Amino acid sequence: MNASATSTTTKPESTGRPAATPRGAARTARSGRPRAGRSGWTAFVLLTAPVLIGLGIFKYVAIGWSFLLSLSDARGTIALGHWVGLDNYRTLLSDQAFRDSLVQILLFTAFIVPVTFAVSLGLALLVHRIRRGRALFRTTFLIPAAVSYVAASLLWKMSLFNGLPAGIANTIGGWFGAEPVAWLQSTSPPLYWIVLVTLRLWLQVGFYMVLFLAGLQAIPKELYEAAALDGATGRRLLTGVTLPMLRNTSVAVLMLLFIAAFQAFDEFYNLFNSGQSGTGTAPVQTPLVHLYNTAMGSQNYGIGSAGAFVLTALIVGVTLIQGRFTGFGRSGE
Amino acid sequence: MTTLPALARTARLGARGLLVGLLTAAFLAPFYLMLRNSLMDSRSLTAPEWTWWPSTMHFENFTALFDDPAVSMGPALGNSLLIAAVTAPVSTLLASAAGYALARIPVPGRGVVLALVVATLMIPGSVTFVPTFVVVGSMGGVNTLWGIVVPGLFNPFAVLLFRNFYLQFPSEIEDAGRLDGLGWLGLYGRIALPSSGAMLASLGALSFIDSWNSFLWPLVIGQDPSAWTAQIALSTFLTSQTINLPGLFAGAVVTITPLVVMFLVAQRYIVEGIATSGLKG
Repeated sequence: MNASATSTTTKPESTGRPAATPRGAARTARSGRPRAGRSGWTAFVLLTAPVLIGLGIFKYVAIGWSFLLSLSDARGTIALGHWVGLDNYRTLLSDQAFRDSLVQILLFTAFIVPVTFAVSLGLALLVHRIRRGRALFRTTFLIPAAVSYVAASLLWKMSLFNGLPAGIANTIGGWFGAEPVAWLQSTSPPLYWIVLVTLRLWLQVGFYMVLFLAGLQAIPKELYEAAALDGATGRRLLTGVTLPMLRNTSVAVLMLLFIAAFQAFDEFYNLFNSGQSGTGTAPVQTPLVHLYNTAMGSQNYGIGSAGAFVLTALIVGVTLIQGRFTGFGRSGE
Repeated sequence: MTTLPALARTARLGARGLLVGLLTAAFLAPFYLMLRNSLMDSRSLTAPEWTWWPSTMHFENFTALFDDPAVSMGPALGNSLLIAAVTAPVSTLLASAAGYALARIPVPGRGVVLALVVATLMIPGSVTFVPTFVVVGSMGGVNTLWGIVVPGLFNPFAVLLFRNFYLQFPSEIEDAGRLDGLGWLGLYGRIALPSSGAMLASLGALSFIDSWNSFLWPLVIGQDPSAWTAQIALSTFLTSQTINLPGLFAGAVVTITPLVVMFLVAQRYIVEGIATSGLKG
């Protein structure tokens, strides 16, 4: 997301240059000197106003208000005024359930991000090499992206990993002599991770495969020809040409995967029935589920707001660090 | 005459074919299961012996879904359709308009406006449901469809993608339009917008999918059954005390089918949309 912002600003000069026939406003548009007159202003305001007003209300005002709420005692109210300083942050960060949820989401992220990355890259390399029916296989791997987390959770919980001897996972396990297990309830070993990881993999691997496929298609053929002339084959081509050329795509995929994993909610909520109406026996809870229960269940908007800021800070922090390490995915071409 | 390298290549091709076949089966199996389960009765669904396909198909699972007053799947599907059908075109058009202005109209202060839009990209979407709830709640948006729709209409990322797109738009076409006496709005409405069809379709399709499948925000804001989306109805169904298994799967099939059809029909645009929105370099 940051990368696209920085790279877009470099483009106008390179595209707007060629062969200009100077003609009033058209000329100023290209000369880089911002000047469009009164009619330009009117049009600019009319075209940007809806988005600006919308972002103003639902992002800027929302964040500002919520920040003040995070400093208030706001139980059952969204009115300001009952200032309590940093108490909400203190309460939240000393809450064992919230700390546990942070540890668990870090574990989940540390697991799901590299696995999804590797599988989607592998699928892309595989599909890219298929000559006949490539589009068909691309569709096959992409189509799960049409399914919602709710519907997938339903199938995973009630059919694939339902813990009955006739459940799919237990049936397949039975062929290899394994005893039926309660996938979602078992905590030692924590088999629910398998349920969580396979579900998310199935849903999102196709999406990232398409990103990698686009990256693969953008690699110039000449690079391979040149490398082949130098005697490179197979594995050398992969590590010497393909993977380095996919660097920008990889950075983008890693960032998107991280942001998505850290905000996991849907499948955790639906698999473990851990919403406000739930029984609260979920073996694993994400920070977002915890926040949902705090803000919507107990209607504590002060702590809910504080949680939103803690998590935003974490996500932005990690994204920036990742960006620093990978140079924002710049250079390219 | 098969030489050793040729044999090795055949073996490699065979292995790859086997891998692709296994993967295909694994990726499609959940769809098969969902469909099979939705057509069975609950007794055979929980029976210890495996059935590949029900001998009698129980289509009444689907009709029962719409007759069940406790779940309100029909109205929920209607809500979802309305929400996605409004969100996709409106959010895409608004982003296109703002993206055009930011790319082409050279007014002073344009950079500041762009920075204000870009800054909101840093705010992760789901995590900030409490701030959004505070604002929408204060405006009386709880349990309303507009409360679900409106916060999602302003997509800063789509604005950037459109800005990028219009920056590369050939200015010669615009010059011609200007000779015909078009102002900025005319240039956008008559020339730029009609040439953005593929881009509008791609981002619109992605927005439709996101909107249809979104869960957390409708859950937060639409607590009353009258404002339930299909996902919320399905989730309520799943977490309710008495579970009607075949009905549950029938509900899943019904909520998935529109998007699967859309994926098959508009696949080109969806793939393009994903590639565009993931393209950072």
